[in-house]
Amino acid sequence: MSTTQGQGTATDTATSPAGQPSRWDRMFREITTGSAIISVLAVVLALVVGAVMIAFTNKDVQASAGYFFSRPGDTLAAIWNAVSGAYSALFQGSVYNFRRPSFAAGIKPLTETLTFATPLIMAGLGVALGFRVGMFNIGGRGQMLIAAALGGWVGFAVDLPYGLHLIVALVVGILGGALWGGVVGLLKARTGAHEVITTIMLNYVAFYLVSYLLRDGFLQTPGSNNPKSPATKVTAVFPDLLGPNYILHFGFILAILATIFTWWLLARSNLGFQFRAVGLNPHAAKVAGISVKRMYVYAMMLSGGLVGLAGINQVLGTTTSGFGAGLDSGIGFDAITVALLGRSKPWGVFWAGILFGAFKAGGFSMQAAEGVPIDIVLVVQSLIVLFIAAPPLVRAIFRLPVPGTTRRKTQVNVSQEVAAK
Amino acid sequence: MSTVAPVVQPAQPTTPEGPDFEFVKSWKVTISLSIFTVLGFLLLVVFGRDGTSIMRLSTSSDLIQLPDVELPTRLTGIVISVLLLLITAVSVWLVRAKARAPIWLICVYAVLVLIGFLAWAAADKSIPVPGLLFGSLSLAVPLIFGALGGVISERVGVVNIAIEGQLLAGAFTSAMVASLTHQPLLGLLAAMLAGVLVSMVLAAFAIKYFVDQVIVGVVLNVLVIGLTGFLYSQVMAPNAALLNQPPRFERINIPLLSEIPIIGPVFFRQTLIVYIMYVAVAVVYYGIFHTKWGLRLRSVGEHPQAADTVGINVASTRFWNVSIAGAIVGLGGAYFTLGSVGAFGKEMTAGAGFIALAAVIFGRWDPIRATLAALLFGFASNLQNVLSIIGSPVPSEFMLMLPYLVTIFAVAGLVGQSRGPAASGKPYIKS
Repeated sequence: MSTTQGQGTATDTATSPAGQPSRWDRMFREITTGSAIISVLAVVLALVVGAVMIAFTNKDVQASAGYFFSRPGDTLAAIWNAVSGAYSALFQGSVYNFRRPSFAAGIKPLTETLTFATPLIMAGLGVALGFRVGMFNIGGRGQMLIAAALGGWVGFAVDLPYGLHLIVALVVGILGGALWGGVVGLLKARTGAHEVITTIMLNYVAFYLVSYLLRDGFLQTPGSNNPKSPATKVTAVFPDLLGPNYILHFGFILAILATIFTWWLLARSNLGFQFRAVGLNPHAAKVAGISVKRMYVYAMMLSGGLVGLAGINQVLGTTTSGFGAGLDSGIGFDAITVALLGRSKPWGVFWAGILFGAFKAGGFSMQAAEGVPIDIVLVVQSLIVLFIAAPPLVRAIFRLPVPGTTRRKTQVNVSQEVAAK
Repeated sequence: MSTVAPVVQPAQPTTPEGPDFEFVKSWKVTISLSIFTVLGFLLLVVFGRDGTSIMRLSTSSDLIQLPDVELPTRLTGIVISVLLLLITAVSVWLVRAKARAPIWLICVYAVLVLIGFLAWAAADKSIPVPGLLFGSLSLAVPLIFGALGGVISERVGVVNIAIEGQLLAGAFTSAMVASLTHQPLLGLLAAMLAGVLVSMVLAAFAIKYFVDQVIVGVVLNVLVIGLTGFLYSQVMAPNAALLNQPPRFERINIPLLSEIPIIGPVFFRQTLIVYIMYVAVAVVYYGIFHTKWGLRLRSVGEHPQAADTVGINVASTRFWNVSIAGAIVGLGGAYFTLGSVGAFGKEMTAGAGFIALAAVIFGRWDPIRATLAALLFGFASNLQNVLSIIGSPVPSEFMLMLPYLVTIFAVAGLVGQSRGPAASGKPYIKS
């Protein structure tokens, strides 16, 4: 299972049969050592572990396992039923439902997946941006709450014409998130306060602040005792993308735009260059004349703004009937996993967000149809990230050849930046 | 107190960015103190309340009964404000004289702020001081275990964000094993094992596969939340009578010590886990700073290459110490079920691991300071509980917010640039 063992087999394959590798060998090696195969196998491995858990805790399996040695077929059938039932429910809840009559109805789960993916992508981009600058933004919850509170307030309390209202609410929300994130950056730049502490603390501050405002402040629905805001006005609601039958809304376009923006920012802009320089080595960046402290503030503002976009997406797009203090529903933390799975690259985050959105959408239908608790989705998701982060482990399990030494560079991509603090 | 923004602004011009002076004048402490003094003055004098605040110092079961302390609310507020002003002035004078404000002065200041606030909040009411402190300690116990584990782990060079996961795993297994065996002690042992298991995954991925430690930590938290949640819904909840009714530890009164006024009821009428915690804090402190084990541990965390050069096996030192850290955190997890609540509930740790992580950094990677930070968090959370029972004039949300705001203040103003172990979070790749 060790790396050295794997290396031995790798050189064997590479140099066979007569010192010069053949074309097929090369192709085989390229396929088996690429990062794509690792990702696919990581997903497979995680699903296998999930399947084992589903099978072990299934009642029918447990019952038939009692007489396994007299009729092993029963147990195997029960295992098959449990696992295939759960996973087909997961698929039908997230991609395409074969039981529905028409394509238009069958494809509905996919639009739900994209809707779940939208805030994950947005917040994931924010967290990823922080990672690239060497900062760990655990404050997604707080930033989402503040953004949703401010933008949501504009959404239900201000009267503006169509279009303009939406834009104003959006901008105010993003600014709210940027403010909440910027505070963290400012504290780090000015006083050296560790962002992990301040973001965690500001999560709680935001939660209690918004709870108070919902219970006894300007966010509360007039004449109601529930800690819930009024519904967003129609003028500020995101338009539906595929008509009223589908829940997919304009937020998904925003998520794509945010991805393009983040990609442009990091890959093409001057500021992004400075961000990455600080992330890779703050000391070198300082020597090169980059104001590291200013970069911390800007990065946290942008990061908070992107996470804030996710918050505002929830109140203007997904649930427009009014929000409570639990509107973030764990997205701020899920975003960290999304960013990690996407390896802090904008398009990586985009696809990771869609994958996790699919798990979320499918997880609910799996829970409803098969009675498998949705927590299994968390297990599968976290295992995927773990396996993808450790290619040597996946290679060892599947006995894949080890690529040349260049591989390691891509593996510890995030770690270099985070560790360089 | 309404937003954090005004907190930030005054701190701006304080960064010591000057050239290499022998002593860098730092106004951060002074500015923090001034802000608190102004806030205190506003609250205690301008918005002062009339009446008498009663502090109950004894519980009914005490041998030695102390009389209740009655404070005239407004007068107390004025006196405290004046004292706060004096201390702030002293700190200004100290900075001008190029000296650092001593830590005890800040402690005195903090205690004064606290007394002032308690007196203000409890106008015409009475506060049970031993109850307040007892509850604080109870809430702090898992945080302290978590912080101790975090300190060890980070001192040896592995960032431990998985404290939350270790706590939760400990809580789950201890509840299950203790329910099955009816032995809380076995539950405790199982919790330690669960913590070690989570730690070992962290260590294996971080040390063997060089995966970024922050990634593994975050992901492990999610994994444990998912695993325990899944097993809870699928296995534990349907058979709650068999699997989720752990016996709880009984309180043990230590003879003599438990009769000391105030201190006795708070510290010496606790359960076994809390006594283990006292020992753990002492052992970890002594171990890290006064033994060969601790020296090696710290050297691996600060400069693994140097440690390797003198023949210390970096990988195995890290692996086993992270595992020990997991065992300690696991104990904290057991406290959730066997010490306080009883039955296990989904995500019952509710972010305690992250607060413990904050305590580690707040306490500057020192076991004693981290313990004190954890106690502060416990105190602040319990203050809210007590005040909401006696009825406080502040909305409860703001009281709940207070500990977190104070932490931000403290981290920004008093602690400042916290520097962890130099090699913490960096994989050691032997070349």
